[in-house]
Amino acid sequence: MVDTAAADTPTAGPTLLQASRPAGSGAGRVTRQAIVVVYLSALVVIPVALVFWNAFKDGLAPVIAALTDPVVVHALQLTLMAALWSVVFNAIFGVATAVLLVRYEFPGKRVLNAFIDLPLSVSPVVVGLSLVIVYNIHDGILGKPLAAAGIHVLFSTPGIVLATTFISMPLVVREVVPVLQEQGTEQEQAASSLGAGGWTTFWRITMPGIRWGVIYGVVLCFARSIGEFGAVKVVSGNITGKTQTATLAVEQLYQNFNQTQAFTIAAVLAGAAIVIISVVATLRVRVERRES
Amino acid sequence: MTVVQLDAKDAAPPGGRVLRTNLTKGAGIGLGVVVLWFSVLVLLPLAAVVAVAVNGGWDGFVTTLTNPQTASAIKLTVLTSLAVAVLNVLVGTLIAWVLVRERFPGSRVLEVVIDVPFALPTIVAGLVLLALYGPQSPIGVNVANTRAAVFLAFAFVTLPFVVRSVQPVLEQLDREAEQAAHSLGASPGTTFRRIVLPALIPAIAAGGALSFARGVSEYGSLVLLSGNLAMRTEVTSVRMLTYVENGNLASASVVATVLLGVALFVLVAIDLLQRWLVRRG
Amino acid sequence: MNAKARAGWLAGVLVIATMGLAACSSPGDDPSASGAPDAAGTQLSIVAFSVPQKANQAVQAAFAKTDAGAGVTWTESYGASGDQSRAVESGLAADYVHFSLESDVTRLVDDGLVDPSWNSGATKGIVTSSVVVFAVRPGNPKNIHTWDDLVKDGVQVVTPNPGSSGSARWNILAAWGQVIAGGGSEEDAKAYTTKLFTNIVSLPGSGRDATTAFLAGTGDVLLSYENEAIAARQSGAALDYVVPDTTLRIDNPGAVTKAANAKAKAFLDYVLTPDAQAIYASFGFRPVVDGVTLPEVKGANDPANPFPTPTTLLTIDDFGGWSAAKKKFFDEDTGIITQIQADTGKAS
Repeated sequence: MVDTAAADTPTAGPTLLQASRPAGSGAGRVTRQAIVVVYLSALVVIPVALVFWNAFKDGLAPVIAALTDPVVVHALQLTLMAALWSVVFNAIFGVATAVLLVRYEFPGKRVLNAFIDLPLSVSPVVVGLSLVIVYNIHDGILGKPLAAAGIHVLFSTPGIVLATTFISMPLVVREVVPVLQEQGTEQEQAASSLGAGGWTTFWRITMPGIRWGVIYGVVLCFARSIGEFGAVKVVSGNITGKTQTATLAVEQLYQNFNQTQAFTIAAVLAGAAIVIISVVATLRVRVERRES
Repeated sequence: MTVVQLDAKDAAPPGGRVLRTNLTKGAGIGLGVVVLWFSVLVLLPLAAVVAVAVNGGWDGFVTTLTNPQTASAIKLTVLTSLAVAVLNVLVGTLIAWVLVRERFPGSRVLEVVIDVPFALPTIVAGLVLLALYGPQSPIGVNVANTRAAVFLAFAFVTLPFVVRSVQPVLEQLDREAEQAAHSLGASPGTTFRRIVLPALIPAIAAGGALSFARGVSEYGSLVLLSGNLAMRTEVTSVRMLTYVENGNLASASVVATVLLGVALFVLVAIDLLQRWLVRRG
Repeated sequence: MNAKARAGWLAGVLVIATMGLAACSSPGDDPSASGAPDAAGTQLSIVAFSVPQKANQAVQAAFAKTDAGAGVTWTESYGASGDQSRAVESGLAADYVHFSLESDVTRLVDDGLVDPSWNSGATKGIVTSSVVVFAVRPGNPKNIHTWDDLVKDGVQVVTPNPGSSGSARWNILAAWGQVIAGGGSEEDAKAYTTKLFTNIVSLPGSGRDATTAFLAGTGDVLLSYENEAIAARQSGAALDYVVPDTTLRIDNPGAVTKAANAKAKAFLDYVLTPDAQAIYASFGFRPVVDGVTLPEVKGANDPANPFPTPTTLLTIDDFGGWSAAKKKFFDEDTGIITQIQADTGKAS
């Protein structure tokens, strides 16, 4: 019991922190923090701020014009839909996979464990290439029979959803696993010894405990999905008004010398993802602090 | 490795035990469905790529990989990713430490900043890195069309991996050993080196491996930044695209298979490293 | 889980489902079925390379005003020529294709998607045309006017990558061809092209990427197409361009697919009329038929005389056609340009 209590939530209160922390030198701490701040600013903060700057530098009117253009509106809708589907699939299978990996032993577990991260390490060019090979209507293993059944994957919405789901697959699993590990199984064991079935235990005991891991994983998955570019570029056909996602629209606008419009959409995408991540991160900390 | 961190906790579970029962029927079905889903979504397409590559026979592999431009591209990509992984290990651990152990105003903001490279489309990342560090740089730093640009782009997109890998471990770390060391007179540096660091190594290694694998596969941010100069700044993804554009799917698949092999090798190596460390205690 | 938490979850799921449905309610026709007539008219699909997007849209609008084109609407897909060609090969539905290189159409002929007689017409299948030019900084500060100026010390050249960009090959062939046209031997041409490659500082993936890189400050001179330079200037970009004395004519093919709606052929016929060619001219393309009244072309060096005739105008026929040129110059292993690219890379 002592162990699990000490393995605390991130915001272990100030007293515990002060009591346990060996006195670090002030200069050392300032240096460390300075390095971190400078590195992150130079690498991330300033470049991202530039996106917003470039979007708004000609004022608000071009931004609004860009956002009400029907092609752009469709692109944003398509991106949103693909991201939501990706989130739904990856949430369900992500949680299931996390539970299986953490709570059970089975042959091939280590293999699955190692393979789960594969989509994060695969080049988008490879993802696109692989989907084209498989879902090609002429000689794709799955593409040919699907086409015979009237289902077109490539150059259509299913292909976009497929590519998006592929590349963001590990994100939910990776967020849920540490939370699940930390949670421990006493409550689950208690429930099952009281006669609760597997499902009930899962819904009433496990899920509430991991819900913030799930939510954060979902949010990361969503953010990653709306930003996917390379793989979608290959499988979508970039049909304006039909299969052109927001990132593809950014590219096309930028290349047609519509830089402000391009940066506007880029700012919308980046802004949405940043806002969602921030909100969830803040809520998570606050709720976990209240619970501890 | 990767997802399930094998650390000291798993070797000797303190509070709860991992259920060592075989799968229940429900879990068994769940596992089956998960594996099927994963196979169709991820494994099948990747296997198809490998199949196309293998179809060209051993000759195909050798011819493609000994092409000087291809070999050079692979070398550049792998070496730069390694260098960036090392950078991330150092800076990422530092960032994780500062975020977890040192409260300072704005740390909440930095938390979000860490995850931004996930959120930004790579093509946009390339655009803004170009704006800030290209020919029209407001601060006079121009790395466009050089190898430094490749390094920069990799560093951007791989930023979160080590931090997010180390952070949860650091948060859960038992402080008693550190407190004991401190009360015995050890300096913070020594405490860190001998007590904290060994506990973090599996997580650091895991994050570094992911950073490497992610760097090796990067494409979008380099489109405008690197210049694609053969033998100098051309990365593997671009080289692959050249093969695809020329209708040479076999060679493209060979290069893709090599990349996949590298990624898998690294992931498995880290898995083995972690197991070894856990066994050592 | 208590009732409140359960309600929270339910609400969350409902919100997401609603958003999903709202997103789904956008038009979701199966884009892989083309030519399906609406109640009012016909919908055709055009798959083309990115450069003529605005020009095509203008021509399509004019076509809709004609009798043959009344009621015709379009779905469009634009991207790099090779990518687009391969996409059609993989199943992207197209009634009308417009690519940068003839070989991108030949690929579809080989696959049985386009009739082999597509290029037996008067213009041999070509629908838009341009020439290779040098794009330079405003005022041409480095005084670049000839091909020899490109290989001077200290001159930084930007050109799209001939390895991955089909349309980039026009530039490199022009560089090679002008040596031969000036009386040089193949050895001289090889030497010149090698020197050119040592001056190249960036090889972006496509023509547009190259223009973008140049406008972002890379290089002193950009090898590009006249219509691309004109289009950039029409959009307010800061560049000038020079038409060298000897240059290569860029021919972009247009074709109708076998499975296309009959109206697509009507569109192709329209594209080759003087009216349509005049519209293309206004966007910087050189007419491919006679009898075209040239409009004022904004963005051209001289809007009243936008398309000066170069002293020597080479065509792809001077290289034996695209199949021969592709093999000789751009073959992955034995192509002359491929080898030069690798050699110059190694040298640095």
